[in-house]
Amino acid sequence: MTIPVISDLIDRLFSGRTQHSRDDVKRRLQIVLAHDRLDLDPQTLERMRQEIIQVVSRYVEIDFETLEFSLETDQRVTALIANVPIRRMRPPNTAPDRPIDAELEAADIELDLSDGDILLRDETEEPTPTLPRSKEFVVIDDPDGRHDKAF
Amino acid sequence: MSRIIVMTSGKGGVGKTTCTANLGMALAKSGQRVAVIDADFGLRNLDLLLGLENRIVYTAIDVLAGECRLDQALVKDKRQPNLALLPAAQNRSKESIKPEQMQRLVKALTKVYNFILIDSPAGIEMGFRNAIAPAREAIIVTTPEISAVRDADRVIGLLEANDIKAVRLIINRLRPAMVEAGQMMSVKDVQGILSIPLLGVIPDDEQVIVSTNKGEPLILEEKLSLAGMAFANVTLRLQGEKVPLMDLSAPPEGFLTRLKRLFDP
Repeated sequence: MTIPVISDLIDRLFSGRTQHSRDDVKRRLQIVLAHDRLDLDPQTLERMRQEIIQVVSRYVEIDFETLEFSLETDQRVTALIANVPIRRMRPPNTAPDRPIDAELEAADIELDLSDGDILLRDETEEPTPTLPRSKEFVVIDDPDGRHDKAF
Repeated sequence: MSRIIVMTSGKGGVGKTTCTANLGMALAKSGQRVAVIDADFGLRNLDLLLGLENRIVYTAIDVLAGECRLDQALVKDKRQPNLALLPAAQNRSKESIKPEQMQRLVKALTKVYNFILIDSPAGIEMGFRNAIAPAREAIIVTTPEISAVRDADRVIGLLEANDIKAVRLIINRLRPAMVEAGQMMSVKDVQGILSIPLLGVIPDDEQVIVSTNKGEPLILEEKLSLAGMAFANVTLRLQGEKVPLMDLSAPPEGFLTRLKRLFDP
């Protein structure tokens, strides 16, 4: 991500301006059009997100603090982008298709609407992890590394 | 076969009617037989932009009611005999006409005219559905603003759903200086977001207001303004000619030579 930084610097040097509303409008339009084009109501989207979290949680422990879901659109094709940071693997003896605690965890997730971005908060914090803490990222589809916080 | 084109935008006030008036006049000037239809029942304006408001006797509603023949309702332009306007009724609502009736009117017009431009009302309700019903092509008019682009995108989706596949874009009221300053979306930005072929770009031009004041489309000026030239280019592209986009950041002298090249081949 060095190119935007350099162009930003050049802009600052030559125009004395740091903020370009042109970038804001493009970013805002991309998110709003992704939602418009999909024509998905927020309830369905939320249900889908909960279910994705449940499925992923069967295999791994998710870091709910930094979890991100967004819709993006390019060339009239809309993509669901999920950025799911992993805390650690689930113990190997847990069968993947069996309902386990994680589903209950996911169901208990509260929506934090306080600052515009909806964050998922995990209330049921577990004690010391059994495996060494390593932060990995499962990116379902995110070719350009952009994950706008859409909701 | 006649080309039936709907001019639409979703959002109001982006320049649909101005584009219809200028495109219609320019096509007529280039020798095509053109009918422009005002599909904005209850809020007609196309007659004003063409300066034909005092010559309306009958409207599309009267034709459909059988109170007059179609040719009696058509207002022929005295400046440009190839152009005719089918006015909308001002005292009726958009619900007073059905898509099938619009199709019947247009079908009758195709016998005489080879270009039929339908000026759609804003919105995506009944008036819009009437306007798109007979169309085989669409021109989306938008401005480089967030609300206009969002609405345009919605309309593009609706046109696709209604099987109108030839959809092209006019970006109106572009302000090159603002784009260069990073305070307005560029042509590339808007086209990239909407992802439909570009028919042309009309720069923001005070002359547009002057021409609407007089009821004379820009394209009738002896010495074309910047926006007038842009409309001339759009008209050429609509007829299949390859005309490069105007360089809107160049000094005015560049445009004049460009214009000469355009009109004295």
